Amino acid sequence: MSEQHVKLPEGNIEKHTTTLNLGPTHPATHGVFQNILELDGERIVSATSTIGFIHRAFEKIAERRPLYQITPLTDRLNYCSAPLNNMGWHLTCEKLLNIHTPKRVDYLRVIIMELSRISDHLICNSIVGVDSGAFSGFLYLMQYRELIYEIYEEICGSRLTTNMGRIGGFERNFSAVAWDRLEKFLNEYPAVLKEFENLFVRNRIFMDRTIGCGPINADLALNYGFTGPNLRAAGVDYDVRVHTPYSSYQDFNFTIPVGTTGDCYDRFLVRQQEMWESISIIKQAYQKIQEFKGIEADVYHADVPEYYLPDKTDVYTKMEALIYHFKIIMGETNIPHGEVYNSIEGANGELGFYLIADGGRSPYRLHFRRPGFIYYQAYTELIRGGMLSDAIITMSSLNLIAGEIDA
Amino acid sequence: MNLTNEIIQQKLTEKFGDQLYDFSEPYGMLTFKAPKDLNLKVLQFLYDDETLRFRFLTDLQAVHYPNSKGNELAVVYHLHNLVDNVRIRFKVFTDIAKPDVFSATALYRSANWMERETYDFFGVNFIGHPNLIRILNVEEMDYFPLRKEYPLEDMTRVDKDDEMFGR
Repeated sequence: MSEQHVKLPEGNIEKHTTTLNLGPTHPATHGVFQNILELDGERIVSATSTIGFIHRAFEKIAERRPLYQITPLTDRLNYCSAPLNNMGWHLTCEKLLNIHTPKRVDYLRVIIMELSRISDHLICNSIVGVDSGAFSGFLYLMQYRELIYEIYEEICGSRLTTNMGRIGGFERNFSAVAWDRLEKFLNEYPAVLKEFENLFVRNRIFMDRTIGCGPINADLALNYGFTGPNLRAAGVDYDVRVHTPYSSYQDFNFTIPVGTTGDCYDRFLVRQQEMWESISIIKQAYQKIQEFKGIEADVYHADVPEYYLPDKTDVYTKMEALIYHFKIIMGETNIPHGEVYNSIEGANGELGFYLIADGGRSPYRLHFRRPGFIYYQAYTELIRGGMLSDAIITMSSLNLIAGEIDA
Repeated sequence: MNLTNEIIQQKLTEKFGDQLYDFSEPYGMLTFKAPKDLNLKVLQFLYDDETLRFRFLTDLQAVHYPNSKGNELAVVYHLHNLVDNVRIRFKVFTDIAKPDVFSATALYRSANWMERETYDFFGVNFIGHPNLIRILNVEEMDYFPLRKEYPLEDMTRVDKDDEMFGR
């Protein structure tokens, strides 16, 4: 041994495990996550997660903003299903302000919410495919996320961070183009989803890869605060849409799929089945909307001039509209006193908003209950004792979104 | 039999007497306040009682009220009984000079990160927490940013006339 050789300090040879820094910018983690793993060969002995790399202090920012300016903040929570967050926020404000939306608005919202649920689950499931070595399903389904984004674009003008809708409804009625695109989606997507399912569900390689991988039982999942598809995969049929119906979900027929073992395969199947249910809900809502005739078919917002930004032509021609426009834009409307917790079934679980208003122009305190933040803490326990590659696939099947976790 | 807010309130008063106070129902959710030493006892009772069964911790966070001297920080618990589908909320108040509150991590694993987040932003010191360190902010930070004494904007800005525009 020459003098140039690095001499390891005494005792180092005793360490039998390898420390691996997975992330924060590892391509396989699909987001900014850092996990420091202790590996024995390829087996994970222990893990520590660090989060907060894209923390943007939304709760603090919200304390200086009028209600309508908080909508774009919610976009950036779970950015794979931004319209769901937007609708959740509007519903919270409406609960605080005691606004009742017309049925047609509820149904339009249901369509949007279910579309974004599909777009979220579609990404999650196809990424699980990618992480298990099957890339083609991802490319195939991605076209339809594109189509969903085109529908958003037609409705609100943007695609990823949508800032869709207003307190009380939508900024404009859905155009004929939007309905055409929705019809195209409803006609084409089921066949594509079926083909995607054929690729995966009974695929021996995929099954061997995901069954028994990252499992969690129902008791532990509840104790860890799991909600949404990840909880349902463990066998608990908790769904906010059924437990506390909002936006007229009680008018629709759908089932809540549940799994048994809570492993990656069950999570995949639950999400897959939820997409079918969402398609069915969208079809029902579309049918209900077509039943509105005459003047009712043009309703797309509630009558709440203090909070609903008036139409631009009215602003230029009518005094009241001009006043309200100015007051809303400048954030001069006082929010009444109140304390409200409202939650919706987000794509990852119960997305809650805890809003305290003290009579000022912005919330006194706003807290987002981000489902991802709460269940990510179980991750280190789920992957302990498993293989490194299982950790990657568990991460994608939990559908962890850094924006949601870090708020 | 449906679990109503009245039954919950009655059960709680039977157990804790008048130590729990300020029962109210904003937007239908039963809300009450408890002394901070009792927070774990209340959580445990709500968890164990066969009628109440509040076994899901939905959310945990804090609110800062700088004007109520001695009770500046409120820790708010949202609990959910998934079987009867009832939610309740309760708060404990603590002095900001000595913000010690018992940790709920032994009862709910989900409380771990929620309490870390609350500590990170408000400085609530959860006694009994296994790993009470900052979670979203950098470890070097030496203040608790969601407290009201930290304004969001630079107060020396002169390009904005707050008299005119109000905020």
